[in-house]
Amino acid sequence: MTENPRRGVLVRLLRNPQGAICLVYLLLVVLVAVTSPWLAPTGPSVTELDATSAPPFTAGHLLGGDGAGRDILSRLMWGSRQTVLACLIILAVSVVTGVLSGLAAGFYRGRFEAGASFVADVIMSLPGVVLLIALYALTGPNIPVAMAAFGLILAPTYYRLVRSVVLGVRNELYVDAARVVGLPDLRIVGRHVLWAVRAPVIIQSSFVLASGIGIEAGISFLGLGDPAAASWGIVLQESFNGIYNNPTAVVWPALVISLTILALVLLGNALSDVLQASARSKPLSPRARRAVLKAARREEVEEDSILVGSSDDVVLSIRALRVAYPVGGEIREVVHGVDLDVRRGEIHGLVGESGSGKSQVAFSTLGILPREALILGGSVLLGGDDLLEDGVKMRAARGRRIAYVPQEPMSNLDPSFTIGKQLAYGLRAVTSLSAQQARERLVELLTRVGINDPGRVMGLYPHEISGGMAQRVLICGAVAADPDVIVADEPTTALDVTVQAEVLELLRELSRERGLAMILVTHNLGVVADLCDVVSVMKEGRIVERADVETLFESPREAYTKELLSSSRSVELMEIQP
Amino acid sequence: MALTLLKNLVRSLAVLLVVTFATFSLTFGNGPGIARAVLGMNARPEDVQREVIALGLDQPLLVQYGNWLKGALSGDLGASFYTGQTVTNALSSRVPVTLAIVVITLVLTAALSVLLGVTAAVKGGWVDRVLQFLSVLGTAVPAFIVAIVLVFAFAIAWRVLPATGYVSPEISLSGWLASVTLPVVALLIGSMASAAAQFRTAVLDTLSRDYVRTLRARGISERHVIFRHVLRNSAAPGLTVLSLTTFSLLGGAVFIEQVFALPGMGQLANQSAQINDVPMVMGTVLVTIVIVLVVNFLGDLATTVLNPKARTR
Amino acid sequence: MTQPLLQVRDLVVRFGGRGKSATTVIDGVSFDLASGETLSLVGESGSGKTTIGRAILGLAPVTSGSIGFRGQTISGVSRARRRELARDLQVVFQDPYSSLNPSMTVGDILVEPLAAAGVAGGRARVRELLDAVGLPTDAAARYPREFSGGQRQRVAIARALALDPAVIVCDEPTSALDVTTQARVLRLFKDIQQATGVAYLFISHDLGVVNQISDRIAVLHHGKIVEIGDARQVATAPRHEYTRRLHMAAPVADPAKQRERRELRQALPAEGRS
Repeated sequence: MTENPRRGVLVRLLRNPQGAICLVYLLLVVLVAVTSPWLAPTGPSVTELDATSAPPFTAGHLLGGDGAGRDILSRLMWGSRQTVLACLIILAVSVVTGVLSGLAAGFYRGRFEAGASFVADVIMSLPGVVLLIALYALTGPNIPVAMAAFGLILAPTYYRLVRSVVLGVRNELYVDAARVVGLPDLRIVGRHVLWAVRAPVIIQSSFVLASGIGIEAGISFLGLGDPAAASWGIVLQESFNGIYNNPTAVVWPALVISLTILALVLLGNALSDVLQASARSKPLSPRARRAVLKAARREEVEEDSILVGSSDDVVLSIRALRVAYPVGGEIREVVHGVDLDVRRGEIHGLVGESGSGKSQVAFSTLGILPREALILGGSVLLGGDDLLEDGVKMRAARGRRIAYVPQEPMSNLDPSFTIGKQLAYGLRAVTSLSAQQARERLVELLTRVGINDPGRVMGLYPHEISGGMAQRVLICGAVAADPDVIVADEPTTALDVTVQAEVLELLRELSRERGLAMILVTHNLGVVADLCDVVSVMKEGRIVERADVETLFESPREAYTKELLSSSRSVELMEIQP
Repeated sequence: MALTLLKNLVRSLAVLLVVTFATFSLTFGNGPGIARAVLGMNARPEDVQREVIALGLDQPLLVQYGNWLKGALSGDLGASFYTGQTVTNALSSRVPVTLAIVVITLVLTAALSVLLGVTAAVKGGWVDRVLQFLSVLGTAVPAFIVAIVLVFAFAIAWRVLPATGYVSPEISLSGWLASVTLPVVALLIGSMASAAAQFRTAVLDTLSRDYVRTLRARGISERHVIFRHVLRNSAAPGLTVLSLTTFSLLGGAVFIEQVFALPGMGQLANQSAQINDVPMVMGTVLVTIVIVLVVNFLGDLATTVLNPKARTR
Repeated sequence: MTQPLLQVRDLVVRFGGRGKSATTVIDGVSFDLASGETLSLVGESGSGKTTIGRAILGLAPVTSGSIGFRGQTISGVSRARRRELARDLQVVFQDPYSSLNPSMTVGDILVEPLAAAGVAGGRARVRELLDAVGLPTDAAARYPREFSGGQRQRVAIARALALDPAVIVCDEPTSALDVTTQARVLRLFKDIQQATGVAYLFISHDLGVVNQISDRIAVLHHGKIVEIGDARQVATAPRHEYTRRLHMAAPVADPAKQRERRELRQALPAEGRS
């Protein structure tokens, strides 16, 4: 994703086969529309007796003739003029009204936004065809007016799109920065907001045109078009009326209409691939996935890792763990062979900066890596079983023997269930407790994690409790089934310092009381000093140094560890003077 | 919560007034035009003038609308300018036809799109890709073209189902079923394709949430994670999809009724509009808006009930 | 005594409607900022520290009280007057990812304030600015996404410096950065102050970070200043109970010292557990 976004949208679109084919087809339609007066074999209403209901591929009538003896090919070619005209009208009306009102509503908000949103909601919920039928009573057969009206009916789709993009951009700090820097409103809209709106509007236009062509053809088909003019919808209607005499005549208009709509829809999809290409990695296909894993396994045999330190009190061992992600066609390895042992009652700190791969190690031990992740090799050993090898054992261990405490307390509770319910679901999934027993256990545990009124809290929804309390709830959920190991991923990073101190205290007490082993992933060396017994320092997917906590802080070996220490000590507080 | 519902109700009534007035102005706006259409193209100007007065089209639009509204409140929507049949009478035979098709399609859409959307999102891989391709195809081809293809195949080539016409269920249940099957299938393909795609997005969005990872880590089985937690949290966007589907089905039915010659509301509106029988047009518009508003209201109600934040406030 | 550069008096900020439904975010805050000085506002989430900065910049509404700059009121002034103030009041935001428009080159981002103020000779000034924040000159032609978090924050600092302001509001400028990067960026802030004499209003949740860079520190709690004073005094001899708790809660990267601090903290009266 280092390509310049301003340059080469067209080039990239043409390089996308789907986009290129659709674009060429649509250009062809426009070309036919422009040149039909010269190119069409006959005029739109020229009748010839021998062409009446002629089958396709008759001499002089490639697609045959209709019931009135008119050449179908010619009529379709002339009809494309009306289609293109209808598209232009719809696009002009809907883009101008929708985009302008969306920009104004999103940027200035207030009453205008309330009013415009109301109107948009109303229009969007009314079936457009019914309104067009009502309009016909006033105007009679008048396709341009009907299309302009349909443009207004479609305008809310742009309005909503643009408004939501603008609202998003408005909250971006770069718009605030532009204000502070002294840019006038109009410049901010032109410079920062219009740019963000451009791509979604182009994509949306493709879909709007698709429905425009459908409705234009549909209206003519209903008999609300101008019967004297040639249009795809009218050709379709006439062929359909004569379907028993000449069934194949229906095929051509139906095909042209469907193909054109399909081309626009596919073009829209291709455009959104090109314009909104995200740098996020996508899951590989199962076959590619197997190939990558096979290649990695072959490599691994030569590496052969040593099973060290498997003394009796080791609860969980990670061996030669390698994790990778597919990024733009290549496989990028983010964890390069990590070994780690956690003993009973030991809190093992896994420290590193962002991108060091520490969270990937944590997720691997629980089998909760994102779907696109690839475990290239290694093992997670729990009581002699390799959990990475055996999915059934992993699922059996999760929650029961290895538990998880996440980083963001609020987003890790299901918003649709009460605290009590979701805790009980988890507990009962891994134990054979009855509902009543589970509840009793949870009340007891919630009290233990420092929640004073557990009965009431269990009846609350996640949005009704504070972040600190939510983290206590999640810790309660983790320890509920009495696991051997807890994997805590930055458990206090999202909390205020005063709450952090209390949560660290709680984790320490729980570990001591229950002889819990813990892997504590964090970037904060203060947290490590407070809580951990052993520390592993990670950098760029590797563990660069490991020692017990006193040794590491007193005499670090690696330059990187020293830099981490001095950086974090440089922002540290002196002791309070008595 | 009661306050939100009351607000919704007031809002719905406001929409009803605004939209009916707007369409009333459109349909009744051109008095002489209507009179000329009723009398025929060769009518003399003075006859047209007399007809305008006879039909009450000379009064100010607001007065006409007031009269219409007053009548509507007591169940009188006027009568056809041509046949004298009352609008309510015409609608009473037409509305059930359209509603039957729309409701059957909606129920099938809901069931199938949830099934397909969840399958595509959860399975991923080739299942997802095939379903996505089919959904693009299904969304792109307009319902009336699907309908024509169906007529072509089932009624003309294979002759297994009736192409056109409608049999009332009171006369023959199997005949009724046969007469609505093709219309329902024609509507279903497009609505299912687009609803399934949207439902897939909603499920994928929920699946990517942090709490889903935490639920899995807590040892909850994948089946429970999907059916209890993911479905529950995708329900609100799913409902929005279904109410939007209802609106598009009401529109699609107009075309379908034309293809299959079904005596529904859409056909009534279309035929009446072409001969400027405006009271009939107005009647069908009113029924359509009322259906839309009722669906909207029920949708909002369900969303409020589903959302703990809205409920506990 | 010389007149302070920035003067905040009895500032109150309320959000969301009138009457009961409104929440008071800032509840009567007063402080001065002198020329060339660094004053830090420290507090936890919900203390209102960010809102004070935004109110000074005109990005949040002032419900009552006043904000003065060089003796003139700048709260509730017109957009035109605000634009003039851009020369004197600048900002560096917390998140270096969303504070730079992804579609503009670094050069365009730095020219923007110059163009808005009608300053000529933009390109030469851009080179100067990049140099001042320790970025290579060829950075001007590149896009923000090609830079790391720390480098982006340097771009944001350069943008704030472009018009040679008297005050820069720094809203948690290092809290999104890794610890090694944070140390380097803080050093850059100090160097720039020595070179240009700019005053900083430094907003942070971290007493440690603030202690590094400040002349004075104000501690905020629930929209009120609970303690304000000389940085050394606030950091080493806090007078207010809340400052003390804040201090004790921050863990230090030394197991022995941290054990001591923890024991001291546990000896404090347990107040307001969440």
